Amino acid sequence: MSNTQRSNLLHLGTITLLAVAFFILPTYHVGNLSRIMVLAVYAIGYNFLFGYTGLLSLGHALFFAAGMYGLGLSMELFDLTTAPALVVGLASALVISAVIGFLALRTSGVSFMIVTLMFAQAGYLTILYFGTYTRGDEGFVIQQADRVLFGVDLSSDTGRYFAALALFSVCFLAVAHLVQSPFGRTLVAIRENEERARMLGYDTVTHKLKAVIISGTISGLAGAAYALLFGYAGATFATVQYSIFPLLWVLLGGAGTTIGPLIGVIFMFYLIDLSSSITSAYMLIAGVVLVLLTLFAPQGLAGELRKRVFKWMP
Amino acid sequence: MDFGPHLLLASLEGAVTAAILALTAMGLSIVFGVMRVVNVAHGEFYMLGAVIAWWVTSLIGGHPAIGFVMALGIAPLVVGLLAAAADKLILQKINYDPDRTIVATIGLLYIIQQTTLMTFGPDARPVQPPFNTRLALPWFEYGEGGFAMFWPWGLSITSYKLFVIVAAVAILTTLWLLITRSKIGLIMRATQLDSETALAFGVPVDRVYMWVFGLGAGLAAVGAVLVVPIQQAHYLMGHDPLLLAFITVIIGGLGSLPGTIIAAILIGMSDGIISVFFSPTLAKIIATLLVAMVLVFRPQGLLGRSA
Repeated sequence: MSNTQRSNLLHLGTITLLAVAFFILPTYHVGNLSRIMVLAVYAIGYNFLFGYTGLLSLGHALFFAAGMYGLGLSMELFDLTTAPALVVGLASALVISAVIGFLALRTSGVSFMIVTLMFAQAGYLTILYFGTYTRGDEGFVIQQADRVLFGVDLSSDTGRYFAALALFSVCFLAVAHLVQSPFGRTLVAIRENEERARMLGYDTVTHKLKAVIISGTISGLAGAAYALLFGYAGATFATVQYSIFPLLWVLLGGAGTTIGPLIGVIFMFYLIDLSSSITSAYMLIAGVVLVLLTLFAPQGLAGELRKRVFKWMP
Repeated sequence: MDFGPHLLLASLEGAVTAAILALTAMGLSIVFGVMRVVNVAHGEFYMLGAVIAWWVTSLIGGHPAIGFVMALGIAPLVVGLLAAAADKLILQKINYDPDRTIVATIGLLYIIQQTTLMTFGPDARPVQPPFNTRLALPWFEYGEGGFAMFWPWGLSITSYKLFVIVAAVAILTTLWLLITRSKIGLIMRATQLDSETALAFGVPVDRVYMWVFGLGAGLAAVGAVLVVPIQQAHYLMGHDPLLLAFITVIIGGLGSLPGTIIAAILIGMSDGIISVFFSPTLAKIIATLLVAMVLVFRPQGLLGRSA
């Protein structure tokens, strides 16, 4: 079996497994899993920039929130229906990531992290400042009537689960395909050695800008989907914590692997789920996991697996 | 109050902010300058300083001054030792790789913050200032009868706030003497310039890194002990100082110590003045965007040399 066939099998197998899970798992875990899949889309978007392009952003919450508020506010203020609102959400994430990418890519390394962090912080404060429309930290509820897409009721368990699965599958397969394409390969070359990639004649700045836009738009899509499927938009999703979460998921699952983001989200979700029943300080777990990861498994779960067992893994 | 006295009051408050900020940002700046490491957990070391100060003062009792002096000695020491241990156990193991260090210190941030939440609790707790006399300030104005001095109502500052400014200046002067005039400072500067050559000349670079990391955290803790009689200790109080210290270090030029001081004064004063006259959220948005733009268009900062 060739490596491409193996990866295809892995990807389609994962999606099938998730589809089957709906019928065999108890309701509680089905609910969790639909949330996990939407968050995994966010992680996939983040992984595209961090894992494949090698750019560590600490401001992805801005893109997530752009999608979320683009959808939510256009419904609240302009009474758009679901599909156009979703388009507005996507478009706002696209525009914002293009602007941020254009500015932030003038810097590199540590400055890039700090600049993205600052922009995200400014975005969060802007949401608070326009509290009359966004209702700040309190957030607002997306009306039940607005949560129907192509005749599917997204507030029902089944509708929500399969909408999340469809969204996840599309992003999962698209990114898996993209990173194997010449474009994706060039991004990996930039990650490994930007000088060399530039010397070989690649326009590294444009490539990186495209990567930021793709990553930001996928993150925004996840934000819009989150608001749509779970019926709520709030400023909490724009805080620094939500920029750190995707970093955590991707690092845990394995940066630069296609399956890593999903594994990371599942693992972290259940870790926090279990620990929050014991203590309210559940972020302690996240902190400990981060430190342990950097010390002992910098490649993440899937990354370590790839290093040791499945060398073919995409 | 008129505009003049109001402005004077705002700049005095700004000077207190600037003093604390200079201490906190200096800690971050030294760590970045010598080790080329971004310490995201810096704000939590600050918070830890304040919490330990509360703990020491409430344990000792008696006159608030005794507890305060004890806290000023103990808190930075404990925080410094903790940070040094964290450096040895974590950062040294990952070889100060820039990306991994950021991730590890984010982890450290949550560990410290959440452990404090579990032990200290979610409440804000006050610390008694050692002395707190209210000093009314005069204002001069050119009126009908020439210059006249009067005492506008509300224009005053407490003696403790003046003490904070003086103490910060004293500590920073000592630090400057330490770095420029002593052997310890020489070793630090040698490590900063070229750690490999320093190692070849017998400088124990690993140990220097460890104590520099401890010193940086200790400075944040000193700032926190000074601020806690004005602000109260709370487990989330490290967030704003972290961002402000970051901003200061960037504006001053990453790794430039004089730049950090100048930026701290600039930012502290303008923060004090802006938040008196404008909405604090709007002021924060503008400040954050300005800093991001400085980084984008002048990455070496105002005083830094281009890398």
